[in-house]
Amino acid sequence: MATILAVDDSASMRQMVSFTLKGAGYTVVEAVDGVDALNKAQTQSFDCVVTDVNMPNKDGITLIADLRKLPKYKFTPMLMLTTESGMDKKQAGKAAGATGWIVKPFNPDQLLKTIKKVLG
Amino acid sequence: MSIDMAQFHQVFFEESFEGLEAMESGLLNLDMGDVDDEEINTIFRAAHSIKGGSGTFGFTAVSDFTHVMETLLDEMRDGRRQITQPAVDVLLGSVDCLKEMLTAIQDEQDIDEGQVSEYQKALETELNGGEQSSVAEQPVAEVVADETVTALDVGAGWKISFSPHAHMLKTGNDPVRMFRELSELGELKSTIDFQGVPDFYDLDPENCHLSWSLELLGEVNEDEINEIFDWVEDECDLAIQSLSRSDESSEQVQTEPEEATDKSDTVAQPKEESSPANTEKTADKVEKQATAKAKKDTKPAAKGSSSIRVDTGKIDILINMVGELVITQSMLSLVGENFELNNLDQLKNGLSQLERHTRELQESVMNIRMLPISFVFSRFPRLVHDLSTKLDKKIELVMVGENTEVDKTVVELLSDPLVHLVRNSLDHGIEMPADRVAAGKPEMGTITLEAYHRGGQIVIEVKDDGKGLNKDVLRQKAIEKGLIDEDTVLTDKQTYELIFMAGFSTAAELSDISGRGVGMDVVRRNIQSLGGNIEIISELGKGSTIAIHLPLTLAILDGQSIAVGDERFIIPLGSIVESINIKKEMINRVAGKGETFRLRDEYLPIVRMHEIFDVKTAKATKLTDGLVVVVDGQGMRCGLFIDDLLGQQQVVIKSLEANYRKVEGVSGATILGDGSVALILDIPGLVRLSNQ
Repeated sequence: MATILAVDDSASMRQMVSFTLKGAGYTVVEAVDGVDALNKAQTQSFDCVVTDVNMPNKDGITLIADLRKLPKYKFTPMLMLTTESGMDKKQAGKAAGATGWIVKPFNPDQLLKTIKKVLG
Repeated sequence: MSIDMAQFHQVFFEESFEGLEAMESGLLNLDMGDVDDEEINTIFRAAHSIKGGSGTFGFTAVSDFTHVMETLLDEMRDGRRQITQPAVDVLLGSVDCLKEMLTAIQDEQDIDEGQVSEYQKALETELNGGEQSSVAEQPVAEVVADETVTALDVGAGWKISFSPHAHMLKTGNDPVRMFRELSELGELKSTIDFQGVPDFYDLDPENCHLSWSLELLGEVNEDEINEIFDWVEDECDLAIQSLSRSDESSEQVQTEPEEATDKSDTVAQPKEESSPANTEKTADKVEKQATAKAKKDTKPAAKGSSSIRVDTGKIDILINMVGELVITQSMLSLVGENFELNNLDQLKNGLSQLERHTRELQESVMNIRMLPISFVFSRFPRLVHDLSTKLDKKIELVMVGENTEVDKTVVELLSDPLVHLVRNSLDHGIEMPADRVAAGKPEMGTITLEAYHRGGQIVIEVKDDGKGLNKDVLRQKAIEKGLIDEDTVLTDKQTYELIFMAGFSTAAELSDISGRGVGMDVVRRNIQSLGGNIEIISELGKGSTIAIHLPLTLAILDGQSIAVGDERFIIPLGSIVESINIKKEMINRVAGKGETFRLRDEYLPIVRMHEIFDVKTAKATKLTDGLVVVVDGQGMRCGLFIDDLLGQQQVVIKSLEANYRKVEGVSGATILGDGSVALILDIPGLVRLSNQ
């Protein structure tokens, strides 16, 4: 089963994402911000990245841009968690190389559906 | 898959409260003239996280409310809106309102809707009053029309022409994924167009060179198709035509990005972009949602559960310690298996290791309960800001030693007394700016909150450079109130301590800030109940310092065990001054006032432990036979008459009150190494007893 990197500075969201995906059989590694995520992504390999956008230290969009520069993440699906009001963020995210987005608020079923969509 | 979201609520509440603290201190730190980008970003992020979390966990009232705050903050962050003091004040008020909303939800109470809608209106007024944000206003009617059109577009099927741009694969979007989803909607026929494929030598395998003509048959809504291509609308050329009416209503979906985004925005949340006239309605709606949701959501919240956030470093130390303990245990069991007398050294060695590890383990576990005092201090910048504005005083708050760690219980119980002390300093201590200047002091007064460790205790000081306590005024007041007689002789210290007496107030006029002088006696009682004490140092015209001394932890105590007959008692080590054998000539019997003895120049009352605790087996009944331990309880001393001193040890405090009832002179009990129970003496209580 695929390994997913879940990045969010909010512990409750991280737990929710992680719990949902683990429940569906995925292996999940959590990261608290972009810097933490980039470190983890360099030492391990992930089949998919799910990241929050607004985070301290390194935001989700910069993270996606940085990950895309690494050869092993050239084609990896990367999803950003964004709020409705963050539509401009979608454009910025796409420009940085994001595959798509999940609009907050979302429920576990929506999350799972989207992940299944990209991971097949 | 159904997941019980309630399990994440506790964490959500904790991080939301943390976020609100961050917002509050960030808002207080905002310098109107020169706004720090990172500061406003931090505030925005906190609001954003609360909104996202509350939406996800179903607290709609909270997310709706935060949404308005977030919009305002977003505009401030982007520089689209000037940051003004009134706006900051509205935001600060909204932070309070959010705190109350979250607390209400957590406690399964109803949200105060009146307050929420009041702040929501204030926020919206602020939002509409400033520069208009550049959100496009789409008339609602148009949206409806739009939807009607799409609803009609359900026909026999769709013809989709899909030409990905060369780089589409590099965003992780795979055409196969989209085809798979399309085929879930209906029957999919695809024709591949190879025309774009370059010569073999020019072929870049990382680019997408193919185009597709697709036919999707079945009753499919166009929106469903659009949704599948939603992520890639800028990375492909896409045309969707209805098969049944392909001539009239062909619609090019390859629209400009902004337009498409705006449209989806409007559909998703028409109420957000409503004109000011609609705002009232929206607020109403939010309110109704709030009630409905509040009732629905609150049920699963973990009520009153107390949790603690622990630095992972501390847990690592703990795990290490347990590892060591396991090694020692296996070593000892090895020694025990084939024990011979010449292994005695090994056994002793192992046992001393075990002792060391147990002690270290205990220390590390206790350490987990320790929180930085900044948890208490963090509320003061706001308090000082609000009160100094109210009082027209200029006050700077300096905080020192915020990282000093204290037991969690202390942190929780310390908050109220400290608030009272800081309010007092603000209200009675610091003078009005004009008075300060007249007295040759800087216009800006300073209140310092300082915490530090000293000899097994934590000391917290509230210091101000105000007018200080006037001994004559204090004395006069106390006489007026009938608290002391006119001829009572008081030391400076005793005079200052008058303010801790019930019913004492020095403010010429009572204010609503530091109340009616009912507080200081309560403050002292609170501190005493934590096993601490409080002292005042003051200099007229220069300022006052109130120092609170508290034990580091309430769960473990450094004690001296003593023997009275067959009984064992524990005296808190910190309260022991000295132990002496007294001679006959030192003893003084005062008629009606019991026994005293002279220690250097002081006469101290003697407390006969065997009498107070009714120990029949006491060995020493004559004062000259036993030992006298001189103890200090909140500045008052007495001598405890006992049989013998045993050893010093750390004891775990078990509450007597929780299991039995409060006993004067006893603060708790503990279980000794041999399994017997020893009472822990409450020295201030005993000193009080001895004075009666």
